Amino acid sequence: MRMLLTSNYAAAYAVKLAKVDIVAAYPITPQTQVVEKLAEFIERGLMRARMIRVESEHSAMAACIGGSAVGARVFTATSSQGLLYMYEMLWWASGARLPIVMGVVSRAIAPPWSIWADHSDILSMRDSGWIIFFAENAQEVLDTIVQAYRIAEDEKVLLPVAVGWDAFTSSHTAEPVELPEEKEIESFLPERPRTPFVLSPSDPSSHGNLAYPEDYFKFRYAISESMKEARRVIIEVGKKYAKLTGREYGLMDKYRCEDADIILITMGSMAGDAKDAVDVMRDEGYKVGLIKLRCLRPFPKEELGDLLKRVKGVGVVERSFSMGRGGVISVETASALTELGIKDVTIISYIAGLGGKDVGMDDFVKIFLDLQDKCERGASFETIWYGMKEGM
Amino acid sequence: MGTRDLFKIVPKEEYLLPGNPSCPGCPASLGLRYVLKALDGKAILVIPACCTSIIIGPYPHSSVKVPVLNMAFAAAAAAATGISEALELRGINDVHVVVWAGDGGTSDIGLQALSGAAERGNNIIYICYDNEAYMNTGIQRSGLTPYGAWTTTTIKGKRELKKDMPMIVAMHKVPYVATASVGFPLDLYQKVKKASRYRGFKYIHLLAPCPYGWRFPADKTVEVAKLAVKTGMWPLYEIEEGRFRLTGPSSSLIDPSRRLPVIEYLKVQGRFRHLSEKDVRDIQRFVDEMWRRIEELIK
Repeated sequence: MRMLLTSNYAAAYAVKLAKVDIVAAYPITPQTQVVEKLAEFIERGLMRARMIRVESEHSAMAACIGGSAVGARVFTATSSQGLLYMYEMLWWASGARLPIVMGVVSRAIAPPWSIWADHSDILSMRDSGWIIFFAENAQEVLDTIVQAYRIAEDEKVLLPVAVGWDAFTSSHTAEPVELPEEKEIESFLPERPRTPFVLSPSDPSSHGNLAYPEDYFKFRYAISESMKEARRVIIEVGKKYAKLTGREYGLMDKYRCEDADIILITMGSMAGDAKDAVDVMRDEGYKVGLIKLRCLRPFPKEELGDLLKRVKGVGVVERSFSMGRGGVISVETASALTELGIKDVTIISYIAGLGGKDVGMDDFVKIFLDLQDKCERGASFETIWYGMKEGM
Repeated sequence: MGTRDLFKIVPKEEYLLPGNPSCPGCPASLGLRYVLKALDGKAILVIPACCTSIIIGPYPHSSVKVPVLNMAFAAAAAAATGISEALELRGINDVHVVVWAGDGGTSDIGLQALSGAAERGNNIIYICYDNEAYMNTGIQRSGLTPYGAWTTTTIKGKRELKKDMPMIVAMHKVPYVATASVGFPLDLYQKVKKASRYRGFKYIHLLAPCPYGWRFPADKTVEVAKLAVKTGMWPLYEIEEGRFRLTGPSSSLIDPSRRLPVIEYLKVQGRFRHLSEKDVRDIQRFVDEMWRRIEELIK
């Protein structure tokens, strides 16, 4: 069925399709409609789930952890300050190996107050042991949340999954969305399997007791190994989902990258404008392409390397910045290429769109031209705050 | 009631196992033992950061025969809510979700989550074992440290009063609130039993005198816990659906002449050693005032 949905509503429909047992959430702009829609589904009896209207995001994740620990399929959604308030529990969820799924409507962090798109919030999760996806549009939000449960609950993975999308440009923008039939999803995503970690008085076990250094070390290693497995599982699940719906997703999405000399990397709703810019540039004869990152953790290092080893220049256009270091994805991309021994590529970091600052097709064309110029001059790694100065 | 009655009423089955790493004279292990017996082991424990995080044993061992979810300091009541909702959704009604938290995890960092769960009426038994300071981190002052008590962060004695936690919870209009003392295990046992028969949020505040933190010999835990009640410092009561009632030895203490002077309780604890005569008089006055308020409640 085709429906006109915002990313927020698409998320709610995905949670309904996934037959989630427990939704625990606290309101924050611009996440609220996800939870309002779910409350409506539950109160109208369209979903057999419990809604826990918690008093904070910290408690939202704690309630998800409790529910998930006894075998329930759980969901929460948050944004910005809420995600930071919940931060302690994020690590608890992944350390406890619980297949929780969370929507993150990415929004800038205060002060000053800002409610607009910015990826600093979700990127603060990058070391926490969560699998992290970022979606471009409402369709991707829906498909990725449904897939997220299958990935999280895979016994080789057993890690929580965050699915991000942009504040307002995605969260409040209605788009046509293909809604899969419930029956289709039932076969793709059956009930949550009885994992070995479910608490039950008939077979008592204890979660999270003190572990001495030798054991703690092994637990962290196990998470790292599961992250590696997740890479394969994400691709497999993507293929299975494609069979069902015709829409296939992997770790990243390539747009006109074959034979490209220069490539931009971006994430989220900006990718739409970036693709338009690629078309404009291609029409003018420039050999350019775009990579849209879908999966940030595990980071698609090899996949990026395979593609970037044969290009002249890479520009990373991102809505995030690690103070005192650089653009988060830029630095990770540069580091990945170095690790893979790829040396002859010019990498330029474009910090753009923080706090929801608009980045349109024209901007991407300018960035492409700037990158082209820098490649020709053989420039080395550089960070540009796009739009701070006249001209660039 | 004496020891004989205790043996008659309390089941022999042990759910907190011997050999656990609690300190000598530990009131938490004493209390938890009776709580689990009262629930016939049909419980999932949620334990935030507290002494019991250690008492339950290091991985891969456990010293309790019931499932445990260890939880971050501030989050026990919320995690318990998640468990309780998930069990209800699946129609599982014979398992009690029990938060077992210290005074800091209850009255300070955990207060928001506790208040949220109480207001929502989530089906949980929340037990605060109150050793009146952050003992696991080395005796730092909490919101439940009493007036005058020495701690490592109040070296001249705390100048503020202890929060009235059970009354704070009672103001949420939950079906069952009670106080208890590890010195009177049968009273505790019966209160846990009673709590387990109510649906919704139940709260038991258990005074747990800690030899290490209160500075008294390890074989005096029960004696100190009894003195707390007999001096009227710690009244035993329950509030069932809004009805207040004194219980056990506290029932007869409305008459001030039946109460031992507070000095009998204070003098056996090193944490009160520095108190002046005026401090002791002040504490006696606080206790007498509290009993006058109790008198109003039972009128």
